[in-house]
Amino acid sequence: MKILVPVKRVVDYNVRVRVKADGTGVELANVKMSMNPFDEIAVEEALRLKEAGKATEVVAVSIGPVQAQETVRTALAMGADRGIVVEVADTVEPLTVAKILKAVVAEENPELVILGKQAIDDDCGQTGQMLAALLGWAQGTFASKVEVGDGTLSVTREVDGGLQTVSLKLPAIITTDLRLNEPRYASLPNIMKAKKKPIAIKPVAEYGIDPAPRLKVLKTTEPAGRKAGVKVASVAELVAKLRDEAGVI
Amino acid sequence: MKTLVLADHDNATLKETTARTVSAVAAIGGEVDVLVAGLGAQAVAAAAAKLAGVSKVLLAEDAALAHGLAEPLTALILSLAPGYDVLAAPASATGKNVMPRVAALLDVMQVSDVVKVVSPDTFERPIYAGNAIQTVQATDAKKVLTIRTAGFPPAAETGTASIETVAAAADPALSSFVGENLSKSERPELPSAKIIVSGGRALGSAEKFQEFILPVADKLGAAIGASRAAVDAGYAPNDQQVGQTGKVVAPDLYIAVGISGAIQHLAGMKDSKVIVAINKDEDAPIFQVADYGLVGDLFTILPELEKAL
Repeated sequence: MKILVPVKRVVDYNVRVRVKADGTGVELANVKMSMNPFDEIAVEEALRLKEAGKATEVVAVSIGPVQAQETVRTALAMGADRGIVVEVADTVEPLTVAKILKAVVAEENPELVILGKQAIDDDCGQTGQMLAALLGWAQGTFASKVEVGDGTLSVTREVDGGLQTVSLKLPAIITTDLRLNEPRYASLPNIMKAKKKPIAIKPVAEYGIDPAPRLKVLKTTEPAGRKAGVKVASVAELVAKLRDEAGVI
Repeated sequence: MKTLVLADHDNATLKETTARTVSAVAAIGGEVDVLVAGLGAQAVAAAAAKLAGVSKVLLAEDAALAHGLAEPLTALILSLAPGYDVLAAPASATGKNVMPRVAALLDVMQVSDVVKVVSPDTFERPIYAGNAIQTVQATDAKKVLTIRTAGFPPAAETGTASIETVAAAADPALSSFVGENLSKSERPELPSAKIIVSGGRALGSAEKFQEFILPVADKLGAAIGASRAAVDAGYAPNDQQVGQTGKVVAPDLYIAVGISGAIQHLAGMKDSKVIVAINKDEDAPIFQVADYGLVGDLFTILPELEKAL
């Protein structure tokens, strides 16, 4: 079984993002970029399936600017076999990404695509479901456990009330939740080895997909701030404040 | 304009997130119908029919729809989509699972986590864990939305909508339900709770989490939340996680106990009306958003608090 893992280059999760003063977006100059944390979990899951003898090849694909090669290189250093970068100049929306990934799936014929459940930049949480839709495949979203059966996949999903287990026909899509696994760090020898692994670079034009966004971003603003309140000295004072000042208990 | 709202329910009760979604889409204008898809869900349809502003409740019942599986539910929504300009769902586990699938098949770019309806085609949504708010205009003819329900009040229960039965679409039979493990609790659910007591890693163990958080929550009739660190460490189940990638809540009172206040956690609770932070580290970032902060050892403070309430 071949597994395709899409990975996205995003602002590192430790960076405190600042809105640009002119409201045109957020400040991305000289900001540390990393692989989307949910995508790291996706790469790890694919590698574990390969190490367990369930998968034969793990291909990492990123859709983004030229620097997305670094993100794919990170996946290769973790252990993915080879990489693909579909180069796009501007930000692409999940619907466009899903269309490009559909074309990549047609070329690569994976039996399983594992994606992060959301990217921590746009927080859309759409790409996996959209790709499943366009391919007509089953989807197992927000996965916290994955087991490969015979032509099927058992996926335990994190849902509102707890956990739900579904069985999917292969080929299928999985999106990862936090508890699926703890991604490995790339070791130095593996980082060196990754430099020799192949990355195919493809311009988006090759796929004939219109990357024009459907959502027009009118402005980006700071959220309403919250001011720090007061420190209270005792439980008694806290209860009194909640009762008399805030009136919430 | 005609809007279809996908109801969130468990076949027995209608979740309050549905009532909040109905009130959110009211700003779009026009008729609002609610789709209840499930099995044995007549009581849910009856509850949806009482929501103010709802014109009609569509009830689709089928074994394939009993567990909210994305593929048959998508097929059903697509069969109804031609009659609507807007398709909306709460940004709950089901809404997040199914709506992007619907949107892709309609060739529509979904607007996720709407926090404000500016006009029928323009919406505000948070990005970067709520560190920025984007105003977007959806240019597709049809709109597909998920609603971040915490910021919208529930629609009143003063309506008298009719209930109409609709046929389920053919099940694509791509997936099947195996089982579920849902937390059973008499407590209010996180998205609709008025008071939430949340615990962090400082609790130290699942036993301590139970021993110290539960009595205070019981006294207040509160729901229980947890930080990602506490869930990852196994102190609390995944469905209690509050934050960017967990549940987003905005209760009247949020009590954060032993939670340092990472931006990802703040993203899930900073719209609460009153925030209380209890933490032994007086420099913890949680104090920067708290209305009332109490510095000290939670293992002494919580029992004291329980007695004082």
